[in-house]
Amino acid sequence: MNYRACVIGAGIGGMQAALDIADSGFEVVLVERAPSIGGHMAQLSETFPTLDCSQCILTPRTVEVGQHPNIRLLTLSEVVSVEGEVGNFRVRIRRHPRYVIEEKCTACGDCAKVCPVVVPNEFDRGLAARRAIYIPHPQAVPAVYRLDPDACLGLFPLACGKCGEACERQAINYDMAPEIVEVDVGAIVVATGYELYQDEAVMAYAYMDHPNVMDGLEFERLLSASGPTGGELIRPSDGKVPREVVFIQCAGSRNPEHGLPYCSKICCMYTAKHAILYKHRVPDGQVYVFYIDIRAGGKGYEEFVTRAMEEDDTVYIRGRVSKVFSQNGKVVVWGVDTLTERKVEVAADMVVVAAAIVPSAGNWGLSQVLGIDVDEFGFYTAPDAEMTPVESGVPGVFLAGACLGPQDIPETVAQASGAAAKVLAFLDAQKAQERRKARAHEAGAHGAELVSNQPVVSSEGR
Amino acid sequence: MGIPYYPGCTLSTKAKNYDRSGRAVAAALGGDGRFELEELPEWQCCGATFPLMVDDSMALIAPTRVLYQAQQAGERVATLCAICFNVLRRSQALLERDPEMLERINWFTEQEYRGDVRVVHFLEVLRDDLGWEALAERVVEPLTGLRVAPYYGCLLLRPYEEIGLDDPESPVILHDLVRALGAEPVDFPYSIECCGSYLTVKDPQVSETLSKDVVASARERGAQAIVTACPLCQFNLDYPQRETEAGRTGNEIPVLYFTQLMAVALGLPEDTWGFEDHYVDPRRGLTL
Repeated sequence: MNYRACVIGAGIGGMQAALDIADSGFEVVLVERAPSIGGHMAQLSETFPTLDCSQCILTPRTVEVGQHPNIRLLTLSEVVSVEGEVGNFRVRIRRHPRYVIEEKCTACGDCAKVCPVVVPNEFDRGLAARRAIYIPHPQAVPAVYRLDPDACLGLFPLACGKCGEACERQAINYDMAPEIVEVDVGAIVVATGYELYQDEAVMAYAYMDHPNVMDGLEFERLLSASGPTGGELIRPSDGKVPREVVFIQCAGSRNPEHGLPYCSKICCMYTAKHAILYKHRVPDGQVYVFYIDIRAGGKGYEEFVTRAMEEDDTVYIRGRVSKVFSQNGKVVVWGVDTLTERKVEVAADMVVVAAAIVPSAGNWGLSQVLGIDVDEFGFYTAPDAEMTPVESGVPGVFLAGACLGPQDIPETVAQASGAAAKVLAFLDAQKAQERRKARAHEAGAHGAELVSNQPVVSSEGR
Repeated sequence: MGIPYYPGCTLSTKAKNYDRSGRAVAAALGGDGRFELEELPEWQCCGATFPLMVDDSMALIAPTRVLYQAQQAGERVATLCAICFNVLRRSQALLERDPEMLERINWFTEQEYRGDVRVVHFLEVLRDDLGWEALAERVVEPLTGLRVAPYYGCLLLRPYEEIGLDDPESPVILHDLVRALGAEPVDFPYSIECCGSYLTVKDPQVSETLSKDVVASARERGAQAIVTACPLCQFNLDYPQRETEAGRTGNEIPVLYFTQLMAVALGLPEDTWGFEDHYVDPRRGLTL
């Protein structure tokens, strides 16, 4: 029996589960594919419906995870196999080389200053550039640089080596190789999150080829005070302040024709948030939101959308968009207003597309490794979604967050705590049983009467 | 042996230039005449519109008769007119999935249509039987530098489930053809928008408003010509640009059938081009 848990995915869900388990005194191995933790929440500007600064409420958590004595954090890592069963899982994890020694790096940035390679920064959704050796963002945990082998001019054989020369602490090791780590754990929590649908051809908006048409996460980076513009709302093409912005909800979602019939659930709320935040920065700007209908089921959610519509004076148009194209420096949006039954054309300065939520690319592979079910869209499914929504069907493997389906932050956190509680209940019960066995053994040795393995239930008061 | 060909009424009247250029390029493609368009010995109206009512067997009689006539000639029938193509292909699809309807129509027409003639558009023959590379090899007068806006309209592409010729949202078949001829395809947002269709008869103002947007959009993108596969699209885009008492604006863009563009690129004699029947003379735009 192993009194240790493995949490896969270190977004807000995985971090919550890891912290809950670790705070209760059990060890956690937290596995994350990306170079740093925090997931998509780290990219957000503000959260709905409170408009809290996302980084401000997240950073204490990421730091806590990074420093927790019971959490072993493995970034740039993937689970490759899981053997055994509940209580005795053997998890094999592939650690991709960082080429930077975590213990030595002080994140001074001397290496990046000399790196000649410039590539788009994934964390900023390509709105800003990074070097081949980089740290995804200033608040990254672990606060360690990483050398991207795909962007680097060449590692085998070494083609450049400038970063290595610049690093005073000699933290860069070009010869690092992938490594397999084996850990024995008693239970597993899967919290691998989501991605945004990228198939613009299917959405018929062909949006990615125009710099002023972007998805919700790009817009978050544009709004973010730590983003590439320092929170200044300017459009990528020419740095001008967009005066007219169109938001398109349900881009890909609720579209059975193109295979995504489900509602992505969070878009109504984050679009309202985007509209509000845009109006706060550009009070005389004009917002148009195309929607099918508004789904704001949540505490304070409906009020939040109403606020976007009324207090912040945005135009909500009930109808879908048929086409987006550029013309005369504008992005022209064609749609329909189904309430007035008229065709609508808006010549906008910027278009934000609320692309559908889809499971992370690795979901399917991991489902094979763990033997858990995925639905037709690639999300994990709990066999009994009503009564045991965080149980995967494989004993000892629990699920949390958007890997189960579109989910907002509070729901993800609640599920993560739920999954952690399941893990803790199991580990605690095992530990209690072991203690009883030990006591029984002790008692037996002293010739006392047999102590039952079953929990003692008092009959008093019944 | 060529391909059985159904011209339809428009290509025998208003759009003779489409028919003439089409037959000429088909004959010029070589391959021992296997691309040649061989007119059905006997044919009649395709029905002109595909019936949208569920139980409208009456409207299926005409297309079924055409399909029967095609059956006498071979396994497939090619069209140039996008409207005929749409009606025949959809009728064929309907008869294929509804044997009872086929039986009912056969009973009425007293003909034995088996229900398996393949309706193809000549563009598909070019793409699937010949191939764009082979077409490019046959080009003797490449249209280098000519910017051509491919205009698809609706009937060539929709509904996708029954037509399935190309992606209805982002079609490429005319783009590929234009490229094969050495010209440059111009992407423009109106390439699959409505030309106004039959409203040109009933409510010409509406259709002219729609078609002028199409032409204006192509012009904004720097197109020197618009190419289409539908006689109604051609008319609706061309006619509103006609010379009026106010004279010409100088912004006119000629609207050509793809077969005319091919005839020029394949170096066929001018009498196959049929440019004299246009409201905007293509020779101006093409500087030929």
